[in-house]
Amino acid sequence: MERRDLLKSLAALPVAGAFGFEWFRKRNYEKFLTENIRNELNISTDTPEYKPVSKDDKLIRIGLIGFGIRGKQLAQAAGFVHPTTIDDWKKGALEDKEDTRYEDFLQQDALNIKISGVCDIFDSYGKMAQEAAANALRQGSGSKLNELPKRYRTYQELLASPDIDAVIIAAPDHWHGPLTIAAAKAGKHVYCEKPMTWTVPETYEVRRAVKENNIVFQLGHQGRQNESYMKAKEIIEKGVLGKVNLIEVTTNRNDPNGAWVYPIPPEASPANIDWNQFIGQAPYHDFSLERFFRWRCWWDYSTGLSGDLLTHEYDAMNQILGLGIPHSAASSGGIYFFKDGRTVPDVLQTVFEYPDRDLSLVYSATLASNLSRGRKIMGHDAYMELNNSVTVYADSGSTRYKEKIDKGIIDPDLPIYTYTPGMKNVDAITSPTSQYFAGRGLMYSYRSGRRINTTHLHIREWLDAIRYGTKTSCNIEVAFEEAMTAHMGTTAFKENRNVFWDPVKEIII
Amino acid sequence: MNYSPSQKFWLVLLRIAIGWHFLYEGLAKLVNANWSCVSYLLDSEGFLKNFFINTLAGNPDVLRIVDFMNIWGLILIGIALILGSFERIACLSGIVLLALYYLSHPPFVGLKYAVPSEGSYLVVNKILLELIALAVVYVFPTNREFGLDRFIFGPSKKQTLAKKN
Repeated sequence: MERRDLLKSLAALPVAGAFGFEWFRKRNYEKFLTENIRNELNISTDTPEYKPVSKDDKLIRIGLIGFGIRGKQLAQAAGFVHPTTIDDWKKGALEDKEDTRYEDFLQQDALNIKISGVCDIFDSYGKMAQEAAANALRQGSGSKLNELPKRYRTYQELLASPDIDAVIIAAPDHWHGPLTIAAAKAGKHVYCEKPMTWTVPETYEVRRAVKENNIVFQLGHQGRQNESYMKAKEIIEKGVLGKVNLIEVTTNRNDPNGAWVYPIPPEASPANIDWNQFIGQAPYHDFSLERFFRWRCWWDYSTGLSGDLLTHEYDAMNQILGLGIPHSAASSGGIYFFKDGRTVPDVLQTVFEYPDRDLSLVYSATLASNLSRGRKIMGHDAYMELNNSVTVYADSGSTRYKEKIDKGIIDPDLPIYTYTPGMKNVDAITSPTSQYFAGRGLMYSYRSGRRINTTHLHIREWLDAIRYGTKTSCNIEVAFEEAMTAHMGTTAFKENRNVFWDPVKEIII
Repeated sequence: MNYSPSQKFWLVLLRIAIGWHFLYEGLAKLVNANWSCVSYLLDSEGFLKNFFINTLAGNPDVLRIVDFMNIWGLILIGIALILGSFERIACLSGIVLLALYYLSHPPFVGLKYAVPSEGSYLVVNKILLELIALAVVYVFPTNREFGLDRFIFGPSKKQTLAKKN
């Protein structure tokens, strides 16, 4: 071969060399930025682990109280779904491969529990609850069901049964307190939907009953199991945000369902609804299908936005920052869109003050706009946006990061930290494209294999606590804080004044 | 084919530049542990939407293969184009890859994507242009003139003849 041929053959080698040189320059630059930020922030790469359920574990016998919308979801998270719902999911999966509800449910771990009794005061729901409870094999209609559990007409009868160890309560708000108190007195462990109570006085009673009877209590804020919240807590404890001074949490919805205007089953009538039992401690009102199925719209049974949605946001912040009950609360709002006879507001602002923590917690909600405002935790050095993922931006006025911002190592317009559950590793810098996708939840739907339902984890934690004496994350102490905080917001709204918490006497003034 | 020196220069440069781009795209994905084409596939539109979303992205095993082939396809095509080795197969493979990218996100009227494009496109976008450029490289090969293939297979006969004339 001629020398000229060889030279021409290797003509591109310098290009390969140049590529290699540029590649290492770029890699080193990225490594420099990442390590600089990573060392500065010092956030762990830990992710929570889940303990498998063993078949040797003690079987826990559950009673379901309430099988409406939320009751069905809780039963599903516990592993029990009505055969017709399975039919719908199967059909959905055939029509749309992205519909993985059936597959996800089949993959959900069995919790070694049995539903031994159900109670719902609407006959259709009572029957559905029985059939769902008997569908331990998770099959569609036409398949053989286990023996139906007993349907109790009253909660007193259910709680008196020796066949039940623990109850899952998903009744209307005005029943949460009385049911929990009665269950605790009967020695049954309780998983209760939020909010913990409907009135202030019963809040003390629930706490006393749970403690005196030594039962395991879990309040239904499944956000406690959210990996992002755990990571957010760590980040704030490590001082990444600097001094947190303002927290903004929000609710935005814009559809009848979101505004609690739920569908009414056509067969519902006074003949198959135990209306007097529904009323309970609420003021008497004549039979009303609207009130029975859309009870959240009336103070008579509901705690409104405060109890239903503010509590989720508050509990998240209480989990992350350990806020406790605020010093004061002020609220305003009104019924501005859903003028359908409801008494609870559909637009609400509540501001909680924490002078001993030097911060304010602002809650703002509307049921008639879908603008997504998210959760923002603001500190002097950085702010955090918290959704399914965690994103932290350095603040342009930060003292702590000033030097790095001046040197160009930190850009206040780009996140200094992001965390998306299910991603392979945690890193300070990800490409803008992955940021974009992560924010829309497109990142981990298939990758991590399955997304785990937080309600399932929350129930599981409760069952673990019953079996092994471990602690529930939304225990009676934080549930008490949740209820009192919500009551402060509600009282401030209803009485149109600032209300205060007396931490010594433990009363709202 | 008998290319003038400036034709040769620009053709070789085009080949190397496309190779550089492919190689970097591949390596950047390789070193990013979180990278997967799943998000791109899930955002697909157009007449092959179902194929990209359900057939490729919908199955974790298929997805793993797609990710692997994508990364290593880009890297190997890039190296081949830079060095001028196995140019024809590299060009054809590159055209297939680019066609898949294009067809999963065709910039047609009325189709919308989660990630906004960095420019303004109507039917023709940069992916399509790179595909066409690669087709040009394919029909005007330079590997046996300036490339490793000259060393492996010897200089192009056509070009040798051209020189003798």
